[in-house]
Amino acid sequence: MKRYLGRQLVQLVVVILGISILAFSILHVVGDPVVLMVPETAPKEEHERFRKLLGLDQPIWVQYGKFASRAVRGDFGKSWYGDVPAFGLVLERMPPTIFLTLAGLGVALLIALPLGTLAALRRHSLVDNLCTVVAVTGQAMPIFWLGIMLIILFAVRLKWLPASGYGTWQHFLMPAFTLGAFLAPITMRLVRSGLIEVMNMEYIKTARAKGVGERLVVVKHAFRNACIPVVTVLGLQFGQLLGGAIVTETVFAWPGVATLTVESIRNQDFPVVQCAVVLLALIIVSANFIVDMIVGLIDPRIRVGA
Amino acid sequence: MKATAAGRDLALEPTTGPVTAEPIRARAALRRLWRLKWGVAAAAIMLLIVASAALAPTVVPHDPLAVNIRHRLAPPAWMDGGTRENLLGTDQVGRDLLSRIVYGGRVSLVVGVSAVLISATIGVLLGLGAGYFGGRTDWTIMTLVNVMLTFPFVLLALAVIAVLGPSLTNMIIVLGVAGWPIYCRVVRAETLAMREREFVLAGRALGMSHARIIVRQIFPNLVSLVVVIATLQVAQVIILESFLSFLGLGVQPPTPAWGNMLGEGRLYMLNMWWIATFPGLAIFVTTLVINLMGNALRDWLDPHMKL
Repeated sequence: MKRYLGRQLVQLVVVILGISILAFSILHVVGDPVVLMVPETAPKEEHERFRKLLGLDQPIWVQYGKFASRAVRGDFGKSWYGDVPAFGLVLERMPPTIFLTLAGLGVALLIALPLGTLAALRRHSLVDNLCTVVAVTGQAMPIFWLGIMLIILFAVRLKWLPASGYGTWQHFLMPAFTLGAFLAPITMRLVRSGLIEVMNMEYIKTARAKGVGERLVVVKHAFRNACIPVVTVLGLQFGQLLGGAIVTETVFAWPGVATLTVESIRNQDFPVVQCAVVLLALIIVSANFIVDMIVGLIDPRIRVGA
Repeated sequence: MKATAAGRDLALEPTTGPVTAEPIRARAALRRLWRLKWGVAAAAIMLLIVASAALAPTVVPHDPLAVNIRHRLAPPAWMDGGTRENLLGTDQVGRDLLSRIVYGGRVSLVVGVSAVLISATIGVLLGLGAGYFGGRTDWTIMTLVNVMLTFPFVLLALAVIAVLGPSLTNMIIVLGVAGWPIYCRVVRAETLAMREREFVLAGRALGMSHARIIVRQIFPNLVSLVVVIATLQVAQVIILESFLSFLGLGVQPPTPAWGNMLGEGRLYMLNMWWIATFPGLAIFVTTLVINLMGNALRDWLDPHMKL
């Protein structure tokens, strides 16, 4: 376990380093901050003065070193609009995003677990076919369109739910369902295939031979083992889940990090963009790490093998 | 694509032969075709979408950019106030929605296919390198893959577009460059397994160069796998492209694209539901059809493929 932990930690550090380089280069390699900040008509000396002021005349690795050493301390500079530290701005918007992500995950599991299990136990039945249809349609669904359709139906036509905003549980329903619909198809497939594989194992036959009831066989013996691939893939998909949250947030004007990031990108407010990117990546990487640890604990084959 | 695939299947059947064997073979072929029925149906619809996009100037009833303020926000033909002139209604400046949707298909298909070509090329090359050479090359490439996969694709695309500025070319480049890790991971895993196989060892014993082994012996075995992933990826890229355009960071108006039409339609969704509904429906149908084709292609090429 110790070696497994060590190997995972090394990878964690490398990935974080890679992402910080990515976030840094978004602004400094791909674009030129001076061009973005100083009007083109300004005299050349003004450009030079700004370049010196921002430390952009130094070699690129020195600049990255400065960026990284400040970022570690949570200092991403101030927002170019309004004199506020980017870090606080992003941190403030974090809770809504996390709540939305968890709610979406909850909805996805609520749809995927029962449907996937039923599909696996009654293969090629009506339920199984229905699941296939749900999975195929769900995967093709652009969720920003789904969100808009939900708004038109439930907020504009029926007037049951608020179209956008944040606060009460009613505000959660449509966004959580939208995000859940994004994640449910793949989860359902995993549950189904995982369970089918497990149900053919010897120990299931043994349990049945011992006279264990079918229900107990499924719930206690099969389900736990079928969970391993589900947890692994869901952990790896966490980044995609956050990506889905970004899309969902923009549709429902959800006051989360994603909306802030999109706004900042529109305003070219790069300190905020960089900060959001690094923090989101940090969350994803730690989620992956925790999932790896959990899976390593449940399944000894993984920490020895891979 | 699937239609030709199924056609090849049937073409294998001899047109003349022993009369006794004929019905059985024909039935077997039909059964295979029946199993792929959804893929075949999807391919037919896809053909329709591609054809209408390609022939857009001749098939659409109106110029997609022609503004007609007096006829703005007209509902679809079957609703009160709708006219047969504009089957799906008009948008906020009176442009015909149907014509714009047909033209929008051009953008989505071009972006989808070009971005996938870019990412497949990068991904396959790096995957072959990582899997074949192993060691430090493998470690470096796979770390890069992990960094890219950790990061939400959408966020990366958004950030880069923000700096480069929105345009069709930039979008193709960003989506193309961001999409390679999926190919890389699969190709690497397959190459790794294949490297130890007898035919590769034999090739090396015969003195073939590494490049020749990779190109002539390993790559041909991976083609069907890559084709399946690429097909399914086209759908994903189309969704992403529409999302970027939806946010105003993709194709710029007035050029019609499904995403920016949906974005404009959102502003009018309180009363005029059709402006947002139909472009989204176009995205949905296209991606659905591509996914069905991809699945059928996978089943046809190799039912055991793990994807």
